[in-house]
Amino acid sequence: MESIALSSLETPGQMAVEVRNASVVYQTADSPVHALSDIDLNIADGEFVALIGPSGCGKTTLMRVIADLEKITDGQVLVNGVSPHDARLARAYGYVFQAPALFPWRTVLANVTLPLQIHGKNRAQAKAIALAHLERVGLIGFEGKYPWQLSGGMQQRVSIARALSFEPKILMMDEPFGALDEITRDRLNEQLQQLWQRERRTVVFVTHSIAEAVYLSTKIVVMSPRPGRIVKVIDSTLPDERHLGLRDSAAFTELAHAVREALADGHHD
Amino acid sequence: MVTMTKAVAPHLASGWLLILRRDVVPVAVVLLAVLALWYGMAYWLNSPGAIERVLDPQGGWTWRDLLRATMGMERPVMPAPHQVALDFYGSLTQWPINSPRNLLFHVAVTGKATLLGFVMGTALGLVLSVLIVHSRTLDRALLPWIVASQSVPVLAIAPIVLVILGSLGFSGVAPKATIAMYLCFFPVTVAMVQGLRSPQKMEAEMMHTYAASRWQTLWMLRLPAALPFLFPALRVGIAAGLVGAMVAELPTGAVAGLGARLLTGSYYGQTVQIWSALVMSALLGLTLIAGVSLVERAALRHRRGL
Repeated sequence: MESIALSSLETPGQMAVEVRNASVVYQTADSPVHALSDIDLNIADGEFVALIGPSGCGKTTLMRVIADLEKITDGQVLVNGVSPHDARLARAYGYVFQAPALFPWRTVLANVTLPLQIHGKNRAQAKAIALAHLERVGLIGFEGKYPWQLSGGMQQRVSIARALSFEPKILMMDEPFGALDEITRDRLNEQLQQLWQRERRTVVFVTHSIAEAVYLSTKIVVMSPRPGRIVKVIDSTLPDERHLGLRDSAAFTELAHAVREALADGHHD
Repeated sequence: MVTMTKAVAPHLASGWLLILRRDVVPVAVVLLAVLALWYGMAYWLNSPGAIERVLDPQGGWTWRDLLRATMGMERPVMPAPHQVALDFYGSLTQWPINSPRNLLFHVAVTGKATLLGFVMGTALGLVLSVLIVHSRTLDRALLPWIVASQSVPVLAIAPIVLVILGSLGFSGVAPKATIAMYLCFFPVTVAMVQGLRSPQKMEAEMMHTYAASRWQTLWMLRLPAALPFLFPALRVGIAAGLVGAMVAELPTGAVAGLGARLLTGSYYGQTVQIWSALVMSALLGLTLIAGVSLVERAALRHRRGL
């Protein structure tokens, strides 16, 4: 065991994210709140990992820790082999929030060029890159529109294009489709799955939908609250090539059942 | 093409009717009411003087004579609207633009001081708000003083500023612009502090994930987000700046400017002249505000609901 742990530390390039005994404790007036307790998690390059669990289980906190939006109080976190802070400065990841968070004063195109502009790309370069990314999320022809002229699903696709525009190695998504209707959600899940198939970029995806987690991911991390912890890590048995029809297959049902059991286990402790 | 014009024409006509009904009629009704009230006031307030100086105090005149007398007095307590209108029109048409008897000459003087003060005040307000938003210490140190500065009456500050600046060799437009700036910067500062803080936590965190610098976050997120807060403050600011510029003209015995015009009018009991200057300053104020609104429309034309 020890030698395996050592070798993984010696070759950090293989792991996109390594979390070791990480805890996040908030001091409140009466008693400390353990938002995350003793988390261990490895995410390899190219994996699609879903973090699933009920409210308060720390799934969003865990992702925010990886994204350097939250500090750990104990343990160690490495992103691409360096600290989350250095990884953020190296623009290692793109983050998609629960809401599209598009700037209403910028056109769709200008919203996608925003990170490129911040990173110092010149105007023409940024425009060409942004258009290519808008094409990948099927929004060519909408680049001149303003966010309020788009539907909720289209807005979230713009925010995905924006997160991917600077080609980060990791894509982090915090319940990105939570506010959308189920039909739109299904379609976006399918498109996201196709995007991942094409690029095999590492994805960390927070959700509280079992179907979404099972359909999308290669690895499902089931979490539980009070204290926030990982109950079980389930490797997907589904084929790499996914389509929405898979959701009626026996393998899918079995996997969903396993996730549901793990969630229930977490609640019983 | 034919069908298109057919379809568009009735739409346009109903559009004009709508504008007429919605915008023109209410304004016209209020204007008529104000004019009626004004004439009533003129009749009432001028009657004693008219009876004493124009008519025979012993009697022998009808109310028609009294009405006629109150509407055309030399130095009425309350000039009738048409007297003001005639004086106003006469000042613009009978004198060259560089004559002190032409109101536009005074508009240029006061307008210059107002605009200069407005630009200085807006710049000061922007700088202060950026400092306050970026430093907790400055927030605590500056904000109470900024609020306190506005509780000192401008009428008390104005002579002091004029004397000090005068002793330093500044005269003419600079002292007046300084007073205008003093009134302008406050609404801009307060609104911009609120506006620069208006972005949601999520938007700020997003800039953080892009490893954006403070300057980039200010320029690309905070400033554009603050624009809708800025323009209402600019409208208040430019109107306050006009007041400041006119107040600054009062204690110096200035010979030019709308404030000076008001003052000379009151020295010589030229009430009609006072009212003309008053109307002109109101028009100047409205024009300046309309100018700000035009810029606002252009700047925010792509935002929802504008």
